[in-house]
Amino acid sequence: MKVTMTVNGKERSAETEGRTLLSEYLREGLRLTGTHVGCDTSQCGACLVHVDGQPAKACTVLAQDCEGAEVTTIEGMANADGSLSRIQQAFQDHHGLQCGFCTPGMVMAAAALLKDNPQPTEADVRHYLEGNICRCTGYHNIVKSVLAASGQSVEPVAAE
Amino acid sequence: MYNFELVKPSSVADAVSALQGEDAQALGGGQTLLPTMKARLAQMETLVSLSHIDEIKGVCTDDQGRLCVGGGTTHAAAAEALSGYPALASLAARIGDPAVRARGTIGGSLANDDPSACWPAGALGSGATIVAVGSGGSREIAADDFFQGMFTTALDEGEIITEVKFPVPEKAAYEKFLQPASRFPLVAAFVAKFSDGVRVAITGASQDGVFRWTEAEQALSSNFSADAVTGLAAPDGSGMISDLHGSGDYRAHLVRVMTARAVTAAS
Ligand SMILES: Cc1cc2nc3c(=O)[nH]c(=O)nc-3n(C[C@H](O)[C@H](O)[C@H](O)COP(=O)(O)OP(=O)(O)OC[C@H]3O[C@@H](n4cnc5c(N)ncnc54)[C@H](O)[C@@H]3O)c2cc1C
Ligand code: FES
Ligand code: FES
Repeated sequence: MKVTMTVNGKERSAETEGRTLLSEYLREGLRLTGTHVGCDTSQCGACLVHVDGQPAKACTVLAQDCEGAEVTTIEGMANADGSLSRIQQAFQDHHGLQCGFCTPGMVMAAAALLKDNPQPTEADVRHYLEGNICRCTGYHNIVKSVLAASGQSVEPVAAE
Repeated sequence: MYNFELVKPSSVADAVSALQGEDAQALGGGQTLLPTMKARLAQMETLVSLSHIDEIKGVCTDDQGRLCVGGGTTHAAAAEALSGYPALASLAARIGDPAVRARGTIGGSLANDDPSACWPAGALGSGATIVAVGSGGSREIAADDFFQGMFTTALDEGEIITEVKFPVPEKAAYEKFLQPASRFPLVAAFVAKFSDGVRVAITGASQDGVFRWTEAEQALSSNFSADAVTGLAAPDGSGMISDLHGSGDYRAHLVRVMTARAVTAAS
């Protein structure tokens, strides 16, 4: 069955089966491979995208359930001129990534947090990112990046 | 995952009739069922998505003052709408992580009855009433009769949870001892003080799933203080879940600790 949704502001369609996951639809159907699949068991958050403005693990959503939805992926995060968005730039400036595998999910989670809570505390950021696992960074620089993206000073974030 | 046909009814009546078919199952937020299907532990011909049924979403108040949460309400939406019952809002706000809360539903959590799930503790601890609709019509099931052992409920085949009615206590609190890898509770206690008595529901501990700790209820009904709980013997650890995260005796100990903390938080 053909499924159509608005992905990063553009109407897109691809063929699906009942069991096609949103992650498969995006990666294999639309070739938007920025949405990473880390665990495929709903644990790691690498596949996090926004569906109708809400965070969703794309590996745990059926594509056919998203017919007509507004979906935003990491490919939709950069500014219109192609430069990095504030959140992405903050990850680069504050070494919020190493291998980068978790980064699409981290950036999408950070964007969802900052939309609801534009001035989060360090504790808010750590709590919100509980569903996003990073094997490399130890999280401190990710937390710094998110706080920096919110326009706050990152001096007090401990590099324990 | 084995393949299936996904149907997306927009009313309870259509969902119930779609579920009467051979080998059909309901899909709530999918946060438990989809991982189970990926592991090929569940298989069906037809999956009936409940997420397009507006009539089972949202929270309202009935004429008895109970807060009625639609069975398709997500944890995140419930957390926001339950300001009239802060302990329950806080339970919903601490389930899993933001993406799980944005999709997972109260109906899915209660129907699944995971022995470590949060909503069953909130429903049993509040003395809630679960409304289920099936081909025979609608019926109300008291939480005391609903939970029948881990992953086992009073729901009949093809019945869906459309609403959960929560009486609002004078004081309540939910204390969750987090198992950080799964983000479920290792053990959690929901304590609610009503004018006519106290209810204590424990999740994450018993091999029979969520249960009421009646000794603590009696002690707290005459003396609502943490001391009343710490003075009790911990429940018997032999019927408790024992795994690499904690022995049965450790969980039994946590039952007492988390109940006492919940009483302090509620006081
Ligand atoms: C990373 C992670 C962390 C989590 N942490 C927690 C936690 O801390 N605490 C906690 O309690 N849970 C936790 N969960 C589970 C989560 O809360 C699920 O949302 C919930 O258990 C199932 O709800 P669902 O709507 O996703 O149901 P689904 O997964 O869609 O369905 C579960 C079962 O319920 C049935 N069903 C669904 N809706 C209904 C209905 N309305 N009526 C009748 N039957 C129905 C389905 O047929 C299926 O058998 C976690 C899950 C994940 C992935
Ligand atoms: S790939 Fe979806 S949560 Fe890990
Ligand atoms: S940067 Fe490697 S997993 Fe996070």
